[in-house]
Amino acid sequence: MSKRVFYILGLLLILGALLAACGGQNSSNAQPVKTVVVTVEAKGNAASGQGATLKAVKDRGYLVCGVNAQLPGFGYVDKEGNYKGFDVDYCHAVAAAIFGDPSKVEFRPLTAKERFTALQTGEIDVLIRNTTWTLTRDTELGTNFAPTTFYDGQGIMVRKDSGIKKLEDLDGAKICVATGTTTELNLADQMSARGIKYTPVVFETADQVFGAYEEGRCDAVTTDKSGLVSRRVTLKNPDDHIILDATLSKEPLGPLVRQGDDQWFDIIKWVVFATFTGEEMGINSKNVDKIKAETKDPNVKKFLGLEGEMGQKLGLSDDWAYNIIKYVGNYAEIYERNLGPNTPFNLPRGLNASWKDGGLLYAPPIR
Amino acid sequence: MNEAVPFWRDERVLKWIAQIVFLVAVVASVWYLYHNMITALAARNLLPSFHFLKLTAGFDIGEHLIPYSRNSTYGRAFLVGVLNTIEVSFLGIIFATILGIIIGLMRLSTNWLLNKLASIYIEIIRNVPLLVLLVFWYTGVFLQFPRLKQAKILPGPTIVSNRGIAMPWGTPTATWHTYLYILLAGLILAAIVWWRLTLIGKRTGRMPLVTVWSFLTFLGVAALGWGLVTLIFHQAPLALSTPEIKGLRTVGGLELTPEFLALFSGLVFYTAAFIAEVVRAGIQSVSKGQIEAARALGLNGFQTLRLVVFPQALRVIVPPMTSQYLNLTKNSSLAVFIGFPDLYSVAGTIHNQTGRAVEVTVLMMGVYLSFSLATSIFMNWYNKKIRLVER
Repeated sequence: MSKRVFYILGLLLILGALLAACGGQNSSNAQPVKTVVVTVEAKGNAASGQGATLKAVKDRGYLVCGVNAQLPGFGYVDKEGNYKGFDVDYCHAVAAAIFGDPSKVEFRPLTAKERFTALQTGEIDVLIRNTTWTLTRDTELGTNFAPTTFYDGQGIMVRKDSGIKKLEDLDGAKICVATGTTTELNLADQMSARGIKYTPVVFETADQVFGAYEEGRCDAVTTDKSGLVSRRVTLKNPDDHIILDATLSKEPLGPLVRQGDDQWFDIIKWVVFATFTGEEMGINSKNVDKIKAETKDPNVKKFLGLEGEMGQKLGLSDDWAYNIIKYVGNYAEIYERNLGPNTPFNLPRGLNASWKDGGLLYAPPIR
Repeated sequence: MNEAVPFWRDERVLKWIAQIVFLVAVVASVWYLYHNMITALAARNLLPSFHFLKLTAGFDIGEHLIPYSRNSTYGRAFLVGVLNTIEVSFLGIIFATILGIIIGLMRLSTNWLLNKLASIYIEIIRNVPLLVLLVFWYTGVFLQFPRLKQAKILPGPTIVSNRGIAMPWGTPTATWHTYLYILLAGLILAAIVWWRLTLIGKRTGRMPLVTVWSFLTFLGVAALGWGLVTLIFHQAPLALSTPEIKGLRTVGGLELTPEFLALFSGLVFYTAAFIAEVVRAGIQSVSKGQIEAARALGLNGFQTLRLVVFPQALRVIVPPMTSQYLNLTKNSSLAVFIGFPDLYSVAGTIHNQTGRAVEVTVLMMGVYLSFSLATSIFMNWYNKKIRLVER
């Protein structure tokens, strides 16, 4: 037998396998059935079982939080090398709820493409990286979405001197976009619905996307509007660029966890709700100690851990919400600190206001 | 007297036992890894399934050789990526070979300037990582071209801007298919001419210019066919399409994007440096006596190279050349850094949209492996063909 025969056999085998994979509807559908037995025995010892995540985090002594490192305002590294931003503050809030110490977090910077695999494989405990809640991601990816922390919408930024005013002007345009985002899909959907021809130029990271846009590779660049506002500040001449009025999509951004550990899912959900509740009750990091000492309101007492043992139901200490408000702040404080009028972004609250002020933030009662 | 050796001291038996133990260890570890993966996937409700390939992709791809839109399936998107990789690797291999041979010959030249230029080129390019070269070509060269509004228009017209290069190109018309048959006939005729001339050459001992004559035959048939088709159907097989600037883009002609150009240039110039060294090594492996003998027979410089040096050098050149070709194909996956939608880039997007990490990775590895094996088979066949025939 000559070597060549081996090569050819190998090649045929691979091609055969590929064809079977592509064409074999039956075989691929049958596969899950065969391995059901494995599923059952796996549930018991898998690290993602009920209550396992909290235990793992406590044993480790710190939280591992997947974040963005390239989106000023939401997740970025400042000049001193510290992670800062809206999403980053939510990582601190989770750490404060678990340990009573917001600094017990290790950050993992992830690209849009890496993020779900990192969560699925257990490399991170929670993903808080401006991630849009969609049905597919909630189901097929094996992840669960906690309540939305930021309601966003997709926008398009162009050069002022390009004369582009509305979506229809983009006919024939090249548009820079990041891979692995809902943005990429929305763009295709919206343009196809309107019959506008365009060419996407796809990159892995936001730095590459905006770098190529700035070099003039694309007529337009698209991502969530908050992302456009935040990245525009970093361009050479921010005033040369405008963001079109059109909003292409709904982008509810929030934290997500692996499926299969409901206790951990509950903790993340209620950490988010605690920041909403803090704003609803008018409790912030400055007045929380005073209110805790003086309050007679049963709802506030339950919230701050003076009554009802709410924290224990989550597997945490009763002052979990107090710690969040005390060390990180309520929603309004987190927002103002990272995106408010004193920052370069100056984003209006819009939909991200409490329901009392006509926004969408509404927390179920803590009782 | 003649006591049998106990089996635990019998070398033949021990050898077999060692082999079996090793085999069991390999099978067990592979099975363990596979089982581990399946268990982990099952725990996350992600059992392997290729069903996703039939679903609508929903994203657009900038460059595609086959019709593709957001309504196509993931399977087709994957195919678009495969074809883009084949396109850039195939063209890259051809141009890298030509450039590499030229530089390799320059490197051996007795002309001081040529020699030094080639050395400097090889030393610089070989010692810079390919990724750096790609980024250089992309952001340093092709994105620095003028904007479309101030595009430079070369004769042709060829439009050069930071949106790429658009040049005139032929587009097939209704008679193109008929013309393809004529081209096929031309190929067959050329092969016959080749065969006849080789026979004559062997009989008479004076080899005519076989390649040149066959090529001329093909060209003749092609030209004649073109004229005939145009006369009979009143339509040439190819219509000239020239590019023009229309709004935000160029329309018509052949458009080469900056991503493709950067990837292509990076791969060609990088691999050519290695090929040049391979060529030099091959030529230097031919003993000096051969060249002196050829000169003594009265062959000139080019004839010496073509008839004496190259046939012998090829034996040394082909095996390392094969690995350079494989490298080029695999290196094309760096395209993802400059936004060219090659296999790796498209597969990455599919992985991300579907969450099917294992399946997509397996498919991708399978395709790259097939490319490599196909290249190897071809090059090994060629290697065998040019092997020194010992008499």
